[in-house]
This record gives sequence, C-alpha cells and structure tokens, in this order.
Amino acid sequence: MKNQDWNTQIKKNTKNLAFWSLSWTLSMALATFGPMYIWENNNALTLIGVILNALLGVGVIFANIRQLNGLDDLQKKIQLEAMGIALGVGIVGGLSFNLLDTTNLIPQDAEISQLVILIGLTYLVSIFIGQKRYK
Amino acid sequence: MKNRLKVLRAENDFTQADLAIKLEVSRQTVNAIEKGKFDPSLPLAFKISKLFQLPIEEIFREE
Repeated sequence: MKNQDWNTQIKKNTKNLAFWSLSWTLSMALATFGPMYIWENNNALTLIGVILNALLGVGVIFANIRQLNGLDDLQKKIQLEAMGIALGVGIVGGLSFNLLDTTNLIPQDAEISQLVILIGLTYLVSIFIGQKRYK
Repeated sequence: MKNRLKVLRAENDFTQADLAIKLEVSRQTVNAIEKGKFDPSLPLAFKISKLFQLPIEEIFREE
C-alpha cells in the first residue's frame, strides 16, 4: 500500500513534469514562430509570448525539482551522475565549439540550440548507461 | 560495503518486490543494494534496520 502510494506519487510527478515541459516547448514554438506567422511582428504580443514562455519555464524547474525529490536513493544517484556528465560535456563541449567559431576554424556559427541538443543527448545516454549499470 | 540483505530477505521469505514495497524504493534499488553495487543512504539503512529489527552494523559492514 505504502509503495503503491510511492509509485503513484512518482508517476504523478513524472506526468506533472511532462505537462510543464510540453507546455513550455509549445510556448517556445509560439514565441518563436508567432511573430513570423501569426501576429506579424506585433511587439506587444511577442513580449507576452516570451514572458509566458519564461513563466512556464519556471514551472518546469519546480516540476523537475519535485520529480527528483520523489525518487529513491538509487534513482537520485543515477539522475545526479547523468546531470553532472551532461553539465560537464555541455560546458566543455560548448566552450570548445564556441572557440572553434570565434577563431574561425569552422565555417558556421555556434548556435545555442546545438548546445541544448548536445546536453540533452548526453543526459539521455548517461541515464541509459546508469540504468544499465545498476540493473 | 557488504551487506546481508539477500540472506535476511530470504529468511523472512520476502521477494525483492516485497522488500521494495516495505522500504518504499524501487525493486532495482533493492537489487543494486543486494549485489553491492549501491550503498543505501543513512535513512534507508535505518529503515532496513528497523524492518529486520537488527542493528545497522549487523546488516552492513565495511569490506
């Protein structure tokens, strides 16, 4: 019964995080493409879109904290290791990539989206490895 | 750290899933502790100690 409550709470926290993440992603798309395709560069609406995106982002942060706090010891350890690796790879890889850009060793500009993709993929792979390691 | 969790679980006729329910952790966590892949936190060690009514040092010991 206790564990069922615990499992139910984890599922609830995960669904909550998914809801906030999806809302935030959709608001990001709205704030990005709205000025181009929906309200034709109306600055007031663009500002509202950006503020909405930032507020939903705050929701994502709190939902993430709640989800992490609900996990058990091992799950927290797996998450912590994955986040540490993703942060390290993000900083080192991101700065190296930026150096390649500023020194003109690569033809294209270093984009923030590329850094986000790198961090996201590193985090996913690290979680997968962590789950395997403690199986 | 070594532990006697698997033996104690068997003595009490618990499955890993049963123990996970009682400790409010995932079955993966019980399995990882039993295999010595993961050392529990102090609160979880106390929970285990309370469940089996044994002092922590009789369940866990340094390698």
